This record gives sequence, structure tokens and C-alpha cells, in this order.
Amino acid sequence: MWNKVGMGRNEKGLTEAIAEIAQLKEDFYKEVYVPGSADELNPELEKVLRVADFIELGQLMAMDALQRKESCGGHFREEYQDAEGETLRDDENFKFVGAWEYKGDDISKEELHKEELVYEEIKIAARNYK
Amino acid sequence: MSAAKNININLKIWRQKNASSKGSMETYKLDNVSTASSFLEMLDQLNEQLVNEKKEPVAFDHDCREGICGMCSLYINGRAHGPDTGITTCQLHMRMFNDGDTIYIEPWRSKAFPVIKDLVVDRSAFDRIQQAGGFVSVNTSGNTIDANSIPVPKDDADKAFMAAACIGCGACVATCKNGSAMLFVGAKVSQYALLPQGKVEATQRVLNMVRQMDEEGFGNCTNTGACEIECPKGISLENIARMNREFLKASVK
Ligand code: SF4
Ligand code: FES
Repeated sequence: MWNKVGMGRNEKGLTEAIAEIAQLKEDFYKEVYVPGSADELNPELEKVLRVADFIELGQLMAMDALQRKESCGGHFREEYQDAEGETLRDDENFKFVGAWEYKGDDISKEELHKEELVYEEIKIAARNYK
Repeated sequence: MSAAKNININLKIWRQKNASSKGSMETYKLDNVSTASSFLEMLDQLNEQLVNEKKEPVAFDHDCREGICGMCSLYINGRAHGPDTGITTCQLHMRMFNDGDTIYIEPWRSKAFPVIKDLVVDRSAFDRIQQAGGFVSVNTSGNTIDANSIPVPKDDADKAFMAAACIGCGACVATCKNGSAMLFVGAKVSQYALLPQGKVEATQRVLNMVRQMDEEGFGNCTNTGACEIECPKGISLENIARMNREFLKASVK
């Protein structure tokens, strides 16, 4: 996550990350050892479920970063920057909030729903601190 | 401070499968514990060893690990939060122990705190007492007075602040020979009774909290003062006296 889904990310890294996480997930579900049982207080089971969530969240984050072909806020896609290395937004195609719909165990099947961002008071423009 | 070294210790830990089963003390040997580690890190190390041996790790409560949340709750060598004063279990360090020591670790023991598993007890009785205390009325008509602009005598503010330092860990109950929760309830009652904002519901609050405390099966105070000594936040017995005064005042109203 740090190396490939960090502050600066690119298509190659994100694609690799998704495959790596998928592999990690497979290994995790095959090899995880959980002491104790499910029908009593079991802090180890809690930890395992948390790790499972992190794996899923990690993969989804990478998927979302891959589809967003622009740089915006903390999401800096290295392919999308201007001559001075500043973020390059694409308001034409990515002015939306994304929500991924759960479609069962296979995370790659999840569906992206878009909620368009409509600004009435603010004029959309690139931010410039210079 | 001397440099950290590694020590080997023996542990006697209370193991109990669930609330209905009978527990017992089990013995474990743990080597190479750094004196720079915290007590809970030592337990993490033990659990790692147990997991590697495919045995069931010891369940214990913890959250912030910095003395503010009140989750950690261990009776160590016969003392709530272990052999140091003014600290919670998570703030206890292994440098308090020596090579070859045998350390006894038990859960809080009190009728109102049933054991859920191993060293974890159910302290929801405390939540119910707090809930019984109810709310504080605030004017939300748009003329809400900022808390900072309500004058509070410095002495009251200090005492309320000291009472509010209670983290609800339950060491007072665990340490009390009567299993009394009066230090905890005293702190909670005092915190509001001392401040102007808490005065509106003060009468009902103290009556309801004390009633809930009794219903939960906590014992009564006999002024022993053990709770004050073991309380990690130094909550003073004065708070119990204040609760009793508030209770008496409310009862004759
Ligand atoms: S009064 Fe002290 S010992 Fe009792 S619950 Fe509060 S902080 Fe813990
Ligand atoms: S773990 Fe939070 S006070 Fe000890």
C-alpha cells in the first residue's frame, strides 16, 4: 500500500498492487490460524476479521485510485500532472463521488456508482497557491 | 535509569473459558522479556508464544495503552493495576520486576463484575450507573451560554476537574473488600454536582445513580480507603462524602 497506493500512484503500480493484494487475500484465507472458537469471546477472531477488512479495503482503494484518471487532493496520479508537477484535475470526467457496490466474494466484480457533484455557489477552478 | 535488559519470568494466570465455567490458575514460563517493555507488551509476547504453540492466548482488556481509556484491568500480585501507584495496568513497566520473579495475574474480582473470559470482566454495570445519571439540561434556544462564560469558583472548578479524571476502570471496586463502587459513583456525582451546569438535574441524578449502584449488587463503603490508594487517577475519598451529602439532601427534598 505504501509503495504502490501511496501519495503518488500510477497505472502500473496500481494494477500490480491489485494483483498482489488478491494473492495476499488468497493466502490469508487459506493459511490463517485462528485460535479459540466463534461462539465465545475471542479477541483473536476479532483481529483476524479486522485484517480481512483491511485487505478488502486496500484492494478497493487501489481499484478506485486506478479508475480515477486525474489528480485530485491526496490522490496524485503521476500520469496526470502539469509541466510544473502540480495536480491536473479532470472535472469533465471525474466530478463525482464514487461508491462501490458489494457484489459478493469476488471484489473485482464490484460496481462503481457515481454521484455527480453539483456546485451552485462556487465556480470550479484549479487551485493555485502561487 | 539503567539500560534495559532481558529477564525470564514465571506467570500464574487465571484462565476461565467463559462466564459459566470454573476457572483456575495456570503456570507459564516466559523468557527474554525486555525490562523496557510494558506489562501488556509482556502479555502480547506470551500470547504470541501461545499462538505459535497452537494454544489459546490469554484474553485481557486493553485499548488506548496510555492510561486514559480505563479498559485495562488486571489484578497483579494482589494489587489492582499492579505494584506501582497512580498508574493503570497499561502504564506498568517490566522494569518493576526482576529476573526469576513469579507474577500472579487475576481478573477484577467482584460480584457485579462477572468474568467473561480469562482476565476479561463485564463492567457494563458502570455504564448503566452512568446512564441512570441521565442528562444535563442546556438552553438550545439560540441563546446558549458558552460554558466558558459561566463563572465557576476556582476551587469548585479544580475539584470538578479532579473528579472528572475518573476513567471508570473499576480498580476501586476490585480492591474494595466490600466490592463497593462508591469511589466511582462519588466521582461521577461530584463532577456534575460541583458545576452550575449540573445543578438543574442534581437531585434526580444522585438518587438514580445510587439506586442503580445498589441494584447492580455493589457493596457499601466502610471508609477503609483502599480504593483511594489503588485508584490510578487519585480520586479522593472526599467524593464519596460529597455523594453522601448530595444523596441526603436529595432524599429529604
Ligand atoms: S474512581 Fe479511580 S479506580 Fe475507580 S473507576 Fe474511577 S479511576 Fe478507576
Ligand atoms: S489501556 Fe487504556 S487505560 Fe490502560
